[in-house]
Amino acid sequence: MGPNLLNNYGQVIAMLMFVIGFANLLFHKNMIKKIIGFNIMDSSIYLFLAQMGYIKSHIVPIATDGAASVDQYINPIPTGLVLTGIVVSVSVTALMLSLCVRLYRRYNTLDLDEITTMLRKEGR
Amino acid sequence: MKNSDRIREWLLGDESLYYDTMAVKSQSINDEQAAVEEELIKGSLDQKEKTFDTKHNREIRTVSVLYNILAAVFVIFIFVNLLMCVSYLPPLEESQKAVNNEVSQRYIEKGLKECGSTNIVAGMILDYRAFDTFGESNVLFIATVTVLILMRNNRKKEDGAVSDPDDRRLEPKDDIILQKAATFLVPVIVMFGIYVIMNGHLSPGGGFSGGAVIGAGLILYANAFGFHKTERFFTEKTYKWISFTALTFYCLAKSYSFFTGANHLESHIPLGKAGAILSAGLILPLNICVGLVVACTMYTFYCMFRKGDF
Repeated sequence: MGPNLLNNYGQVIAMLMFVIGFANLLFHKNMIKKIIGFNIMDSSIYLFLAQMGYIKSHIVPIATDGAASVDQYINPIPTGLVLTGIVVSVSVTALMLSLCVRLYRRYNTLDLDEITTMLRKEGR
Repeated sequence: MKNSDRIREWLLGDESLYYDTMAVKSQSINDEQAAVEEELIKGSLDQKEKTFDTKHNREIRTVSVLYNILAAVFVIFIFVNLLMCVSYLPPLEESQKAVNNEVSQRYIEKGLKECGSTNIVAGMILDYRAFDTFGESNVLFIATVTVLILMRNNRKKEDGAVSDPDDRRLEPKDDIILQKAATFLVPVIVMFGIYVIMNGHLSPGGGFSGGAVIGAGLILYANAFGFHKTERFFTEKTYKWISFTALTFYCLAKSYSFFTGANHLESHIPLGKAGAILSAGLILPLNICVGLVVACTMYTFYCMFRKGDF
């Protein structure tokens, strides 16, 4: 273990969230719950990126008084990356949910195991 | 009749060669064989049922227990590994982190002068990295198109037999409390969304957040007053034209800007005075484009999941 585990408590929380989402993906058979786990993983990534850009006692990069100095503002790049991540996550979630709706209409269940069993029974 | 005559007739196609000489019997499976076959089919069906009976299958249960144990071990392994990584990262509040390199330094120091926007993040994502944001808008557009393909119910409106795919009849229709609340809330929400979009280069916010706010206002309106009210101003055609126009304008404007060298000396787009609404060159129109695309996307997602049509 390295020296900074307690200093980086925010990132530890982000990792905890990531693992919770990943466990959701692995343990649940219901696909809606899998999608929820996926979204928890996404949120943990945003938290991690926001933590990476944060610098203590620096403010948001909005230059209201016209001053431009690195010693004053936090890092703006992770903020932009979080924006990209949010947009992609919204699109992917909508896509996954619509596919779920189609699967439910076809098989009348959201359980992944039951769907695989039905597929095998049909001989595909 | 002689055989030679018969053959000639057969060649001419008048008569069958074996007509009247061979007994034509109907084929019948004999009963014993039929019973055997039936048993075989039944046996295979039983076998199939037994194979796919997931509730009483001991092997499947063993495998699933094993899977759960392995998954738990894997999750714990990943968690410990990630904690190790985090513990070796530099402390949170340090300003000398590796991520705070010359790129962010340049964005902060030159951002206000080069982009003209007080919000340095907006200047970054809509000026230096504008094509990245263009890609994001396109991702949203493509996601909407895919959801349209997957969720659209293409039932044709036959004369008379209108099958309403709407689930409105399952919910309280014309709810008076919701309608009164929406009467006050929807204009405020939409106005706030417009404010967030228009001030994207001056304050926190921008096209994505403002567009999401406007989309939420539209969804509230559709919930309160029903889809026949929103159909008056938002149909598939509206979505098509707004998205197309916004994305095309974004692409052309930014292409022009990059074509002239991506500095604001040669593109003849004035930067204006920093801090005013009409400033920061292309950032304000691009924010409006992104906001329109996001608002339409949010509302289209809702419509598609609600009833499969606008």
